Amino acid sequence: MAALAALPALPLHEAGKYVAAAYVVVFALVLIYVAIMAVRLSRIQRELASLLSRERSAASPPPSSAAGESTLP
Amino acid sequence: MNSSSPPPRPLGSGLRALSLATAGAMALALGLVFFYAPLDAEQGFLQKIFYLHVPLAIVALCGFVLAALMAIMHLRSRDPRWDMRSYVAIHMSLIFAVATLITGSIWARGSWGHWWVWSEPTLVSFLIVFLLYATYQPLRFAIEDPERQARYASVFAITAGAFVPMNFIAVRLASAYLHPRVLGSTSNLPPQMAFTFVVSLIGVALLYATLCSCELTAKRTRAQLRAARRMAEARTGAGEAGGAQARRPRSAVPSLPAAGTLAAPAPRGGA
Amino acid sequence: MRRTVGALLRKELLIELRSWQSVPGMSLFAVTTFVVFHFALNRSSVDGDLAAGILWVTLLLAAILGVNRLFVADAEEGGFDGFLLAPVDRGALLLAKALALLTYLVALELVAVPAFALLLLAPSLTSTLPSLTGVLALGDVGVAVIGTLVAALAVRTRARDLLGPLLALPLLVPIVIAGARASSPLLALPAGQPAARWLATLGLYDLLFGLIAYALFDFLLED
Repeated sequence: MAALAALPALPLHEAGKYVAAAYVVVFALVLIYVAIMAVRLSRIQRELASLLSRERSAASPPPSSAAGESTLP
Repeated sequence: MNSSSPPPRPLGSGLRALSLATAGAMALALGLVFFYAPLDAEQGFLQKIFYLHVPLAIVALCGFVLAALMAIMHLRSRDPRWDMRSYVAIHMSLIFAVATLITGSIWARGSWGHWWVWSEPTLVSFLIVFLLYATYQPLRFAIEDPERQARYASVFAITAGAFVPMNFIAVRLASAYLHPRVLGSTSNLPPQMAFTFVVSLIGVALLYATLCSCELTAKRTRAQLRAARRMAEARTGAGEAGGAQARRPRSAVPSLPAAGTLAAPAPRGGA
Repeated sequence: MRRTVGALLRKELLIELRSWQSVPGMSLFAVTTFVVFHFALNRSSVDGDLAAGILWVTLLLAAILGVNRLFVADAEEGGFDGFLLAPVDRGALLLAKALALLTYLVALELVAVPAFALLLLAPSLTSTLPSLTGVLALGDVGVAVIGTLVAALAVRTRARDLLGPLLALPLLVPIVIAGARASSPLLALPAGQPAARWLATLGLYDLLFGLIAYALFDFLLED
């Protein structure tokens, strides 16, 4: 404990950098994950769209240039 | 081609509630950390990292143990969904472990001036645990047969899950007589700090649950999409669209079985 | 069960005696490593913590060599299939392989420890040899258990030579910690006694992973 007592507590502006760094790093990690999720979601949407359009063109006999009322967001 | 099992819950149900709870808990925790918890006498403002570092560590460890339990369920029931959950849990815990190491390192730098200290048993144990679980993905990737991959991965998850507490004990024993705990412990906390700590812990735990849930939902959705595509191709003769669905490349990600067990929702008209 | 284990163990040891696959390589590796340590550390004699560390690291790395080779013959020549067809308890294979690996480790130490005493160790071993043997034996059991489990996991994967050590080393860290800390007073000048806490740790670790390995081994052998 003597060793700890000899340690000076960092002044606020010094310690603030480290605390901010730690919280920012974790926040950034979460943001990166959200971004990856967003990319995956858009890929899923694309796949779903292509699947639906194929189903539609298979259901209604081709050529089906009917304006596809897309209900996909 | 519908299976006899009940249709799966609509994807994403409960996810919104979970994320809202997470956001609320973390916001509350942040507020408490910076406006309510008193300043630590010895470490001053730097001690605030404690409210982030220790919950991350605890949640990561619990995640690894949870993954081991899920692996046991997988081996007993052979249900691939348990393997999926185990995989996601390990994946997420690994990320949380990296976050633990980074925040711990930043804390060490602020406290001692070094980016790494061997005298902090939590950090050292986490380094070893990280090195062990980092082999999980390469192990899965090196096995092609999906059933065997899941089985071997479960054996690994159980072994590693048992290893985690033993590792902590061993490392703690090894450093106990060298230095006193540098980065603070969770005992003898004044009540305001203890309350803040508990709220932070809840926030991080909810974050873990939300991220895992998100990941599982994404995987299940993709599996259902694949099943739907397979059914469509089977119906139209599979030669269509140039066979855009190529052979699934070798991957370490557990795959859920084909259309039989997952009733893909039939695309209804335009709704 | 005992007869099965006995039969399998005899087969393992006979193969080793005839083809000398593991033990000579492991022993040679250990002695060479001592030489490397001499040059790397630029020391002619070591004692205490440093001696314990060098000894345990060398034994660990040599053991990894043995672990890599443990199931290779079975995987390549269909030994697994033959075993699975026999109406015996599958845990017998685990026991037999672990005992075989333990035997190789003991043989390794019969060469490595005298070599270490000759080449690098400062204090004399005559008084502390029994205690050191006990510590090494406890550690060997743990290494054998973990090594067999990891070998079985890694052998039927694509990158088995790489995955084996990668999986084994972190799992063996507690054994190294406890073993090195226990041997350190034995190799110090003047010699002391190993702390009971480390022996307890070794024993507990061996027991825990012995049970886990026995429970999980069946799942690795299916198909």
